[in-house]
Amino acid sequence: MAEYLIKNGFVFDPVLGINGDKKDIAIKDGKIVESVGASAKVIDAAGKTVMAGGVDIHAHVAGPKVNVGRNFRPEDKRQATYEPGKGVKRMSGGFSVPTVFKTGYKYADMGYTTVMEAAMPPFYAKHTHEEMRDTPIIDQGAYPVFGNNWFVLEYLKNGEAENTAAYIAWLLRMTKGFAIKCVNPGGTEAWGWGLNCTSVHDPVPYFDITPAEIVKGLIEANEYLRLPHSMHVHSNNLGNPGNYETTLDTLKLAEGISAKNNFGREQVLHHTHIQFHSYGGTTWGDFESRADKIADYVNSQKNITCDIGFVTLDETTTMTADGPFEHHLCELNHLKWANVDVELETGSGVVPYVYSPDVFVCGIQWAIGLEIALLAKDHMRYHMTTDHPNAGPFTRYPRVMKWLMSAKARDEMFAGMKNEDKVRDRTGLSTMDRELSLYEIAMMTRAGTAKALGLSHMYGSLTPGLCGDVAVYDYNPETASDPEAIETAFGKAAFLFKQGELIINDGEIVSNGNKRTLWVNVKTNENTQVERDIALKFNKFYTVSQKNYEVYAHHYVPNPLVFEIDATV
Amino acid sequence: MANIVSDVICPFCGTLCDDLEVELSDDGKKILEVYHACAIGAEKFLHSQAEDRITRPRMMQEDGTTKEVSYEEAAKYTAKILCEAKKPLMYGWSSTSCEAQSVGHSVAEAVGGIVDNTATVCHGSSLIAVQDVGIPSCTLGEAMNRADRVVFWGCNPAHAHPRHMSRYSVYPRGFFTGKGSKSRKVVVIDPRKTDTASLADVHLQLEQGRDYELLSALRVAFRGEKLPDVVAGIPKDQIYEAADLLKSGRFVIIYFGMGVTQSLGKNHNIDIAIGVTRDLNDYTKAAIMPMRGHYNVTGSGEVLGWQYGFPFCVDLSRGIARYNPGETSSNDLLMRDEVDAVFVLGSDPGAHFPISSVKKISELPSVAIDPHLTPTTAVCKLHVPVAFVGVEVGGCCYRMDNVPIESRKVVDPPEGMLTDQEFLEMVLAEVRKCKGV
Ligand code: SF4
Ligand SMILES: [Zn+2]
Repeated sequence: MAEYLIKNGFVFDPVLGINGDKKDIAIKDGKIVESVGASAKVIDAAGKTVMAGGVDIHAHVAGPKVNVGRNFRPEDKRQATYEPGKGVKRMSGGFSVPTVFKTGYKYADMGYTTVMEAAMPPFYAKHTHEEMRDTPIIDQGAYPVFGNNWFVLEYLKNGEAENTAAYIAWLLRMTKGFAIKCVNPGGTEAWGWGLNCTSVHDPVPYFDITPAEIVKGLIEANEYLRLPHSMHVHSNNLGNPGNYETTLDTLKLAEGISAKNNFGREQVLHHTHIQFHSYGGTTWGDFESRADKIADYVNSQKNITCDIGFVTLDETTTMTADGPFEHHLCELNHLKWANVDVELETGSGVVPYVYSPDVFVCGIQWAIGLEIALLAKDHMRYHMTTDHPNAGPFTRYPRVMKWLMSAKARDEMFAGMKNEDKVRDRTGLSTMDRELSLYEIAMMTRAGTAKALGLSHMYGSLTPGLCGDVAVYDYNPETASDPEAIETAFGKAAFLFKQGELIINDGEIVSNGNKRTLWVNVKTNENTQVERDIALKFNKFYTVSQKNYEVYAHHYVPNPLVFEIDATV
Repeated sequence: MANIVSDVICPFCGTLCDDLEVELSDDGKKILEVYHACAIGAEKFLHSQAEDRITRPRMMQEDGTTKEVSYEEAAKYTAKILCEAKKPLMYGWSSTSCEAQSVGHSVAEAVGGIVDNTATVCHGSSLIAVQDVGIPSCTLGEAMNRADRVVFWGCNPAHAHPRHMSRYSVYPRGFFTGKGSKSRKVVVIDPRKTDTASLADVHLQLEQGRDYELLSALRVAFRGEKLPDVVAGIPKDQIYEAADLLKSGRFVIIYFGMGVTQSLGKNHNIDIAIGVTRDLNDYTKAAIMPMRGHYNVTGSGEVLGWQYGFPFCVDLSRGIARYNPGETSSNDLLMRDEVDAVFVLGSDPGAHFPISSVKKISELPSVAIDPHLTPTTAVCKLHVPVAFVGVEVGGCCYRMDNVPIESRKVVDPPEGMLTDQEFLEMVLAEVRKCKGV
């Protein structure tokens, strides 16, 4: 494999404590190394910014609901130029629900090299893997959803922690999953009857367990299994005025629990798209930001991480395993609504949404995301996401960076809003003049996400020995003054390396890389009870046989990267 | 001991039963018996065993006779007609695996073809309706476990999806439907007295082509508003009763078929059927599902979706993907003489397209890739027989509820026969050669 030396760039690496110093970065045999020989190819990065490849902790980029979004929104293809194939690239299109090819290319263009698919319905795991397999360049893993799974509800109801863990280990193995995801715990099962759980104490119909018990039980199972990532929650009551209290109730369930794992992860709970969960008020009329309450709490709790879910004020496609929420949303905006309830496991909904800067609720949502990120004390624990495509497409990350790094850019946004005063009034954003540095941005986009995923031994830093994933951006932090330059430069990497291979050369994608699928294989004690329960449910209540449920590697996961864990006791 | 392969997937209809057992000869080479399948499913397996099966490609000669050619020659010919054409139609894709579809798309992208599947003459109108109004749906098991109201609209599973009722919709005992068919009320809406209708608790025998009116009437009835005395041939009392029956359920599932998708009104019928389902969600829980025909037509729509963003009628001829049913749909293209070569795989347009379209196919450079001899292979210039997917080679398929299931290989294909995926890979290599990439 070729050796490379990336010379004279401004390097930002929070793990190594490098804050814009001029450094050379060497790559050899797929890894970052201390030095390379004289024959190494030299990339002149003078006047440019160098960072480790970006790591996305939460995006909906592959699987059944994403594909529902693509197929039922032909109009989405008109929101962006459909690009013809060229060189190594296939033709690619779509805006908020891009095709898999476009997903790979656009992440690469942003200097991202790893992306986690945030919600995989186990019953449809094969579909998710087929899409990830076809997505070029980026490494990916997927989080199977557990928060409404009948096995989990029954085991937790009966207080059977070990059985819960054994079942989860089995399901991760069957579906080739990476982490435990929990979406609207109990609420999506209730949606099987058209109902919902909107607080952590709302009992789940029939199963007679509360969301609080589910969340706590899943956190404990996660630590029992010592998984790389923590439990990853989308709590109850998403998107509703006044929901910040439900969010705090959920976050508090992690108090007193500490992380157990060999992956350097410190948190036990990751709360996703926390922007959607930081709302005050009692109705849409008195809707307001409670970013302060949420950021205060997260700042004070070292065992919690979050991603933001920045609203980008675009027309987009919302999609979530929170089935009742999507139904609620379509009643608000009267657009088309797709829903899929999945036997014994979960559900999902998809609804297009237009975040208009002229609607004050949308403006407030936009402000809340930024507010949280600017109130953050430790950006290793606050991560860049747009909950793609829910709050906006991932392709807007560079724009969000601009807003975070420039008060002037934020003021320009405010000025364009029809209800500027109301938005300023109901959020704390207008009083903030903080501007994040590239060092903090590097935490939000790679160092912090890699660490929270338990992948800091591979990604997120330029430490010798880590994967040769490096992005070079045409951005000179010493001379740049126009905030627009941020958006331009971070949307179009000048060079990108993935596992030491040159993927982008001078702004052009020249290779599709060698994409890998990350999954976790945990060994637990033999558990005949759980084996019997699984066999019984497949015999009676699933419509696919147990043997046909497993995602076999040969076709679906041709290039796996398996994390082996021994959780036997 | 009998040599039995279990958990075999039936590659025939969109029900995609995955519980078949296939008994093989001791040497594992012959299929002796197929258990649990319905008659049409079993037939598919046994058919593969025919002694007189065509095992090599055959080219039609000037004089109407056929001549055996090698797979290499067949791949070269296929690549040649696709590369020489300005707008080749690549149709079918519904009776093959997602792996083969994916290779086919690479070919289509390289030659600038049009990729269309059997939805174009089947549930295409449903796909269009979903683009208009969305679709609240669920998996078949969700309906099995919860649904106490089951509606079959314009479909006759007793014939078209023979095990649907016993596996999923009417008879099985689910988690919240422990009494099986006694837990459910079945409503059939069909102008015909079908076998499915004869099993129903309620049969609304509407007038042919009046589906839209009856669906609107149901929406009126849900709201307790006034109806005319008779709608679509059904007295209003029956409509109010049916509306109450549905509203009083805990979980309503509506299955619909070609009787509504291809009758007068087409996608508008489906729009309003989805409207009925949305309405019902204001009172209870309700879902709706198309009864997809071919076992992997759904998969074709999925793969097209993630690769190009559209579920059928995908025109790649301009270097980007375009979608405009009516313009980029197979029959419209054929009728307007817009295509100059035809490639068919995994479907039989010779049997399902209007005769005028079939005539056009017969006049064009054409190839049919199909294990069987069919009306299509009879009119195409080249017939390439391939292994049976789901019998002689495995591969991913999507059930009518979009659930992916990996079909299994049970026996080897006859000596020297290729799978469709292997053949497509040869074509792709040839295409790349002739395009100089
Ligand atoms: S119902 Fe369909 S899938 Fe099932 S055995 Fe019959 S033909 Fe095969
Ligand atoms: Zn999400």
